[in-house]
Amino acid sequence: MQHICLYFQVHQPYRLKRYRFFNIGEDNQYFDDFENRMHMQRIANNSYLYTNKLLLDLINKHKNKFKVSFSITGLALEQFQEYAPEVLESFKELAKTGQVEFLAETYSHSLISLYDKDEFKLQVEEHVKAIKKHFGQTPEIFRNTELIYDNLIGETIAEMGFKAMITEGAKHILGWKSPNVLYYNVLKPELKLILKNYKLSDDIAFRFSDKGWDEYPLTAKKYASWISDLDYKNEVVNLFMDYETFGEHQKAETGIFDFLKAFPEEIINNTNFKFATPSEVAKKHEPVASMNVPYAISWADEERDITAWLGNEMQKEAFHKLYALAGKMKFIKRADLQKAWRYLQTSDHFYYMSTKILADGIVHDYFNPFNSPYDAFINYMNVLSDFQIRVNEAYEQLIPEEPEAILSKIKDYEEKIHALYVKLTQPVMIERVKPVLKAIEKEKEEFVAISKTKKVAKALPKQKAKKALPKPKKKTTTKDNLTKIEGIGPKIASILQNAGINTFSKLAKTKASKISEILISVGGNGYKRYNPKTWAKQASLAEKGKWDELKKLQAKLKGGK
Amino acid sequence: MKVLMFGWEFPPHISGGLGTASYGLTKSLSAIEDLEILFVVPKLYGDEDEDVAKLIGAEDITVKHYKKTFKNSWEEKVKTLKGDKKSYSKIKKSEILSNLKSIEIIEVKSKLQPYLSIEEFEKFLKENNIFDKNIKIDKEGKLYYEKDGEVKEITFSKSEEETYTEDGKYKFEGGYGPNLLQEVYNYARVASIIAKENDFDLIHGHDWLANAAGIAAKEVSGKPLVIHVHATEYDRGGEERVDTRVFALEKAGMDAADKIITVSNLTKNTIIKYYGADPNKIQTVYNAVEPQEAEKNIYKKNVKEKLVTFLGRITYQKGPAYFVNAAKKVLEKTNDVRFVMAGNGDMFHEMIRYAAELGITDKFHFTDFLKGDEVTKMFSISDVYVMPSVSEPFGISPLEAMRSNVPVIISKQSGVAEVIQNAIKIDYWDEDALADAIYGLVKYNGMAKMFIQKSKKEVDEMKWDKPAREVKKIYDSLVK
Repeated sequence: MQHICLYFQVHQPYRLKRYRFFNIGEDNQYFDDFENRMHMQRIANNSYLYTNKLLLDLINKHKNKFKVSFSITGLALEQFQEYAPEVLESFKELAKTGQVEFLAETYSHSLISLYDKDEFKLQVEEHVKAIKKHFGQTPEIFRNTELIYDNLIGETIAEMGFKAMITEGAKHILGWKSPNVLYYNVLKPELKLILKNYKLSDDIAFRFSDKGWDEYPLTAKKYASWISDLDYKNEVVNLFMDYETFGEHQKAETGIFDFLKAFPEEIINNTNFKFATPSEVAKKHEPVASMNVPYAISWADEERDITAWLGNEMQKEAFHKLYALAGKMKFIKRADLQKAWRYLQTSDHFYYMSTKILADGIVHDYFNPFNSPYDAFINYMNVLSDFQIRVNEAYEQLIPEEPEAILSKIKDYEEKIHALYVKLTQPVMIERVKPVLKAIEKEKEEFVAISKTKKVAKALPKQKAKKALPKPKKKTTTKDNLTKIEGIGPKIASILQNAGINTFSKLAKTKASKISEILISVGGNGYKRYNPKTWAKQASLAEKGKWDELKKLQAKLKGGK
Repeated sequence: MKVLMFGWEFPPHISGGLGTASYGLTKSLSAIEDLEILFVVPKLYGDEDEDVAKLIGAEDITVKHYKKTFKNSWEEKVKTLKGDKKSYSKIKKSEILSNLKSIEIIEVKSKLQPYLSIEEFEKFLKENNIFDKNIKIDKEGKLYYEKDGEVKEITFSKSEEETYTEDGKYKFEGGYGPNLLQEVYNYARVASIIAKENDFDLIHGHDWLANAAGIAAKEVSGKPLVIHVHATEYDRGGEERVDTRVFALEKAGMDAADKIITVSNLTKNTIIKYYGADPNKIQTVYNAVEPQEAEKNIYKKNVKEKLVTFLGRITYQKGPAYFVNAAKKVLEKTNDVRFVMAGNGDMFHEMIRYAAELGITDKFHFTDFLKGDEVTKMFSISDVYVMPSVSEPFGISPLEAMRSNVPVIISKQSGVAEVIQNAIKIDYWDEDALADAIYGLVKYNGMAKMFIQKSKKEVDEMKWDKPAREVKKIYDSLVK
């Protein structure tokens, strides 16, 4: 059985606005809303909406015989919601047909797979969650940003439980081998690799309207005949491309839509190939060999490597300066910073800084909103410098004064105490040592008390705190069930508890404005709709055990307001 | 005494040190009692006011001949009169006006611009082609051109402003085309006609592009010639990149001159050493700076770190790489500082890559070319100004920094180092000393404070009157 697999990449970055040196420290609006809206709406009109409709018609026409797959980045999904909700709806329509598969990738279309394994996993999980939410599917197949792949990335993906991963059929890796069969990861043989047939894919994506190309004009019939000519050894033909190929990169007037319209019928009627989604391909075919990729490959440029994003000093510098903030961002929960953090990671920003100008200059030019890579770099670093300032400030707010110093102080005391106990074993010393020991133990207790305050404990990694405090007495703090308060559900209760408000008495003493602040800072603006005005009063009744009065009060309230 | 002056640029379009200096000097000279100035300036597009413009000679050359009163000197006059309240009440406006002196200006339509180098002139001409087709002029005399439906203002500092043209595609071959030299000689021909048609006692020309004009005027009139050397080919290109034709023109001017004014002893030594200029003819007259209130409070600094600024063309002779290296050294010791490299030039991209390679670009920022206001803003938010020039005949920008209450570090290889006391002076190649000085000014507030106070006082005393009087003495020695 021979299969043909269509997969389209849907991605739009949040483009940065012109951000000058003078903006640093003053302006925290990094993104060009106008430009992003304009781009999204233009592409929605030129490409997404029309192509989605066309695909829907084709799927309905060729019942169960025509299938496609998509990977839609988190940033594209967000921009659909923000600027073109009808596009998201039309993708949902496609999802409902059951003939469309959605793949997993990193939420931000980032290059994190080349930097940090744990963070990489988190970003993939975030994307999986988003796909599930919008389309009701849990992706089984993974595709990385720009089809970037190496042995270690494959290993991580296998560990996450994906069945297969999509990547480039790079010539310098495959050599004489064919991309039209499956391979497997050298470290984790259970991970199948589905490779892009770049010749046939690029015929559509790049060469379709090239009048200098000797196959111009390309018709569906001609294209199907090439596929028909592939013998039984070619188990699967994978055509992977940007979704914007249809209507944006290849404009409607090139005839690209006519091509797409006629394409399924030609394949179904005139070839031995059947359409399949990547997960079906992975189920129905077995890999023929391992593929060893020690250095990362991608689907970009002649070289099919990662030099389009991390080729020059500027790109590497920006990349490392960005991810130097990763450690701090793990602790920072502020919604605005997390959002900017996701948007700044998009690979596109690094692509704009590329100084590769040879064969691929034209493609690079098309995608680049900046005059020059230097321009792009300066702009990105200006933004990043401002972001760095804000991250550091937010991080400093989390950390009280030198928690490390407090802990090391406690350690010092423990060593001293230990030494004193050793001395105590010598009877002659008892008289002299005992009072000293007592004083020092008292001093130590004071520091332990400080270290147990919420702020310090929160700022310190947990194991470290354990190590430093060998026998932490388990204090049985009685927590109250805050959901007894009308207006507080389990989610808000947990937010409040994390913020240290875990008893009725504490809640009774907290101002409504403070509570709002906590909710919004942790949960984002969505929490603005909660009004905690009466919570303190309710809590004070609950604290005193006046449940009847509380019930009476709650009867009068609606949703805690 | 009347002086025929071949100068450069007039407000509002002043784009750099040469324009600033020749304008400042002329303004103060015109205030001297028995001195009249006929100021000839090349201008690409005048206001095209037909009433004032006239054609001269048979060459079909448009010139614009008019008088100009300096606004500032008018205000100064009123100010002094105001101080003397008795007389002020009696004075009428017409009286003040009649007391004021104006200078005569002749604008010559020419493509010559100051600070031109090989590539810049080529580019200038290419841009002219754009101008010719779609040029527009508004009421204020500002120029615009239209391209692809976009209207952009033309500023005369085009050569500094954009290394890239609109499509970023232009590439220039090295070597002079015939065009620049052709322009120089065209200008000289106009100069000889002006010399024929006007009366004057002495000729004064600024920098090499005006040399041919000065020589031509001298030949026609037989009047003494003063040439004013603001920079030489050795400062612009370095010893290996001297263009022999430019060198020849510079030398011809020095040979023909009756007196040579250099902006520093450094420049004096350069022309003696490389051009064989007669030491007896040379006199150094240092530049000055117009006093101006510091604008420290107008602009707010948004970052909490101290700002260390390099502002100028990013070219070899300005020593940008030494600044980057020193920044790296300082950043290894303290995080409490940011560096800014403002401007562009042929080493702009190289410096960006270099800073990226050193891994300091979150603390080392580039602004590209700064326009008028932004320069003032940059000075006003800076905490240290650095000019590590490899070769700088004078260097007026440290004075501007001092005027804005910014302590300065300058290289010993600059003319300005000869004249100011309250600056830290280092050898341009001594990156450790530079890093040391930056660290000191950033970390030790007392030291910075002292420099700010003293240098402000010093620079406020450096007005153009003094060099103007020195120049007048030179004139007197030639006109008897």
